[in-house]
Amino acid sequence: MKVLNVVGQRVPMHDAAAKITGQARYTDDLTLPGMLFGKLVRSTIAHGRIKSIDVSKAKALPGVKGVITGMDIPDRVYGIVPKAKDEHALAREKVRYIGDEVAAVVAVDQETAEEAARLITVEYEELPAVFDPLEAIKEGAPLVHDNTPGNVSAQIHKEFGDLEGGFAASDYVFEDSFYTQAQNHAPMEPHAALASWDALNGDLTLWSATQIPYFLKRNLSTTLLIPEQNIRVIKPTVGGGFGQKIDMFSKDFCACWFAKELGRPVKFVYDREEVFQSTRQRHPMYLTVKTGVSTEGKIIAQKITAHADGGAYNSTAPLMITLSCFFVMIPYKIENLVYEGYHVYTNKPVGGAMRGHGIPQPRFAIERQIDLIAKRIGVDASEMRLLNAIEAGEPHPAGFIINTCGFADSVREASRAIGWKEKRGKLPFGRGVGIACASFPSGVANMSHLASGCVVQLSSEGRVSILSGAADIGQGAETVIAQIVAERVGVPMEDVHITAADTGLCPLDAGTFGSGVTVRAGNAALNAANDIRAQLFPVVAEALGCEVDEIEAANRLFWVRGTPDRSVGMRDVLRQYQYVDRSLPIVGRGAWVPPADSATTLLTNNGNLSPNYSFMTQAAEVEVDLETGRVNVIKVLTAHDCGQPINPMLVEGQLEGSILGGIGYALYEDSTCIDGQQHNPSFLDYGFPTMMELPEMEGIHIDTDDPIGPFGAKEAGEGTQLAPAPAIVNAIADAIGVDFDRLPVTPDMILAALKKRREEAVGEAR
Amino acid sequence: METIDDTRKTTAGPKPKRYVIDLTVNGDPRTVVVKGNALLVNVLRDELDLTGTKKGCELGDCGSCTVLLDGIPVDACLVLALEADGCDIVTIEGVAAHGELDRLQATFVDKAAVQCGYCTPGMILSAKALLTKNPHPTEPEIRAAIAGNLCRCTGYVNIVKAIAAAAEIETAATESGEAR
Repeated sequence: MKVLNVVGQRVPMHDAAAKITGQARYTDDLTLPGMLFGKLVRSTIAHGRIKSIDVSKAKALPGVKGVITGMDIPDRVYGIVPKAKDEHALAREKVRYIGDEVAAVVAVDQETAEEAARLITVEYEELPAVFDPLEAIKEGAPLVHDNTPGNVSAQIHKEFGDLEGGFAASDYVFEDSFYTQAQNHAPMEPHAALASWDALNGDLTLWSATQIPYFLKRNLSTTLLIPEQNIRVIKPTVGGGFGQKIDMFSKDFCACWFAKELGRPVKFVYDREEVFQSTRQRHPMYLTVKTGVSTEGKIIAQKITAHADGGAYNSTAPLMITLSCFFVMIPYKIENLVYEGYHVYTNKPVGGAMRGHGIPQPRFAIERQIDLIAKRIGVDASEMRLLNAIEAGEPHPAGFIINTCGFADSVREASRAIGWKEKRGKLPFGRGVGIACASFPSGVANMSHLASGCVVQLSSEGRVSILSGAADIGQGAETVIAQIVAERVGVPMEDVHITAADTGLCPLDAGTFGSGVTVRAGNAALNAANDIRAQLFPVVAEALGCEVDEIEAANRLFWVRGTPDRSVGMRDVLRQYQYVDRSLPIVGRGAWVPPADSATTLLTNNGNLSPNYSFMTQAAEVEVDLETGRVNVIKVLTAHDCGQPINPMLVEGQLEGSILGGIGYALYEDSTCIDGQQHNPSFLDYGFPTMMELPEMEGIHIDTDDPIGPFGAKEAGEGTQLAPAPAIVNAIADAIGVDFDRLPVTPDMILAALKKRREEAVGEAR
Repeated sequence: METIDDTRKTTAGPKPKRYVIDLTVNGDPRTVVVKGNALLVNVLRDELDLTGTKKGCELGDCGSCTVLLDGIPVDACLVLALEADGCDIVTIEGVAAHGELDRLQATFVDKAAVQCGYCTPGMILSAKALLTKNPHPTEPEIRAAIAGNLCRCTGYVNIVKAIAAAAEIETAATESGEAR
């Protein structure tokens, strides 16, 4: 058994003290001398050509320092996926959705900037617009981008095994269709950017609320035509992201452009309406699932067709639809599967990465359909999931290498703990239980730019300073990395300090997405700490008169394994290190990239697409108020295989936050867009769960010890967002016998369904 | 209240009057000159450098900018600075006294009630007002008191636990949350 001192412990977040005292500095908390304030002018129409923009009144307003339109800055597109770049910082010829950026102003204060923005008038030639992906793919539909016929900007068609043969060999084949809605990430901190320019050296510094500082740096360089080595992106404390900050926005480019042009610092902060309307949202998706099963419920073949509503621009489009495809290959063993997915442009707010990224949508469809099929063929829905469970070590149709898998155990444990046998189908009308399952990659392998680096410095006083590229957005990435280094170097947490996500100081990192930070950046930190050991331990061995591999280290103390009284302290070791003229500080370097089969790339080939995979089964118990149609989620239980948690307290926090987000996805949240106009761009109107909707939660840890993750860890950030919604909707079906096929399930839908049932019952009685 | 007349003209017409207001902020007397439309949250953040008070929506929906105004928790984005003239204000920077963390701050750390931290100052101040009025609230009372403070990270479980721990009461959340 491993004896660990810092890893695996319930360590508070290292920046918690700053956050509870108000000292943590988020982007909007930063000010620089002479700072100017920016405001964007946004399109008021869903689709049209810009005929003219009159900025004269804005320019004349006292206090205004600059006004630009798309024609004033380089004609360069940006985008998070290099081959799918399609967005200008400010629109040039066309606007494509209500909220598209057309001009930007800066002024001496926010009020003046806003007044100037109001004084800018834009004349448009309106074009026909399209608001639904199934309409947008029809012949003759308006083209959102002239170069994209059919409005399909990314697609995937992937066949594993023999689909038709599989259907032919099935006892039953069922086809069902589903719809999932637009969900907004709604992080509490609005998006913000602050730029400053050093005219002498030609250096640009941008502080940005971002999850991807290095991608942002690269895109600033290619759009503003500033050499990349002259750009430094710093991520201050970030107030939540959930994927919405896995992208770059006009505020970043405009702040930098004005800072360079005017030689003064410039800040842009989005208001809440802009966050809802003009950043990113979870893609709405139409899904059809056709599944062939045996009489026992074994899935023989499955075909999934998906149309994602991408809105006006690509953002992560090719990646999203690819993830959506490949990760339906877990947690069930499906030998014959076809996934056909389309990312479709519409004149609506833009889809992007959101916790789960393209996977919650098919997960909802598949998990709902399993319950439907179980009912139709008369098998138990929990047993059917077990029957199809993936196991560790088996050959996988998509080429995944599953080293550890607690999935089957998670199904059994969740079913037992929710009282499946006693409750399913047996509770009074209005009350029910449901389960749903999921699996998630710990970051994605087989893509470029997915390495993480880490530098660890051990000073002559024993202070450990980490430089990591990882972007902590509140989930605790910095704390986890510090724990890994503290454990390996043999010091307590208070000796460890971390500087992260500053591209001017820290080594390259891909950023916070794909739930890959703990495994990828954690392994890089582990390698850097091992490098420290490699330099330090020969000196320790000398002092202790032992072999290097006999040394144990913890709490600034080194001892010979098995004989704790043969020990030496960190201070003494460092002194000894210095005496023989070895140079201090000791610097350890580490990097890590997920092991990949050489020829594979995510977008085109099969292969092991992640270093490891988490598994979970989530169970919900609900009560439906038959008078009001409101659903009360009484309990959500999660049986979770996330490997060995580096910090169980942080894992619980991720789980609990995911569940509330999942309840919102199931019951409340819907970023409503009518004729291109977003109708609920505020917290009040959008209505994600408050403390009043908090159910009882229980977590059951399924123990596995993964060989790839640092100290056996797997992802714990995104996977738990996948199953709450289908589990809840499955529980609603158990409660009132109504099978909903779209999200969110609102009181209106429930009341209408109950009314219909009553009318049918009366009809039958006659 | 003292006012300053400013008759300079701008394109938008005559400039509004300025007002001199006196506040007690975290125990200290502070005097600021504000426009009539100045919001308390902006005066705290921009004039007094108290950036611990966060702006999440500027619509009074999220509670991130909660401060105590004469002991009452208010959304500082819905209060005109003028309305606060003569009032006693506590922001998150004033919760820890003489470098000692408030009990609520300590339990927020211990119970991992903080993730991104953006809602935390407002949460702590709402909780502070609750515990001042009602030192031993029930769990439903805790939930009701904090229902106006939104959090997107934590799922609220640990926030309830932290407030309960500060109030030294047992809650269902305390029992269920640590089962893992």
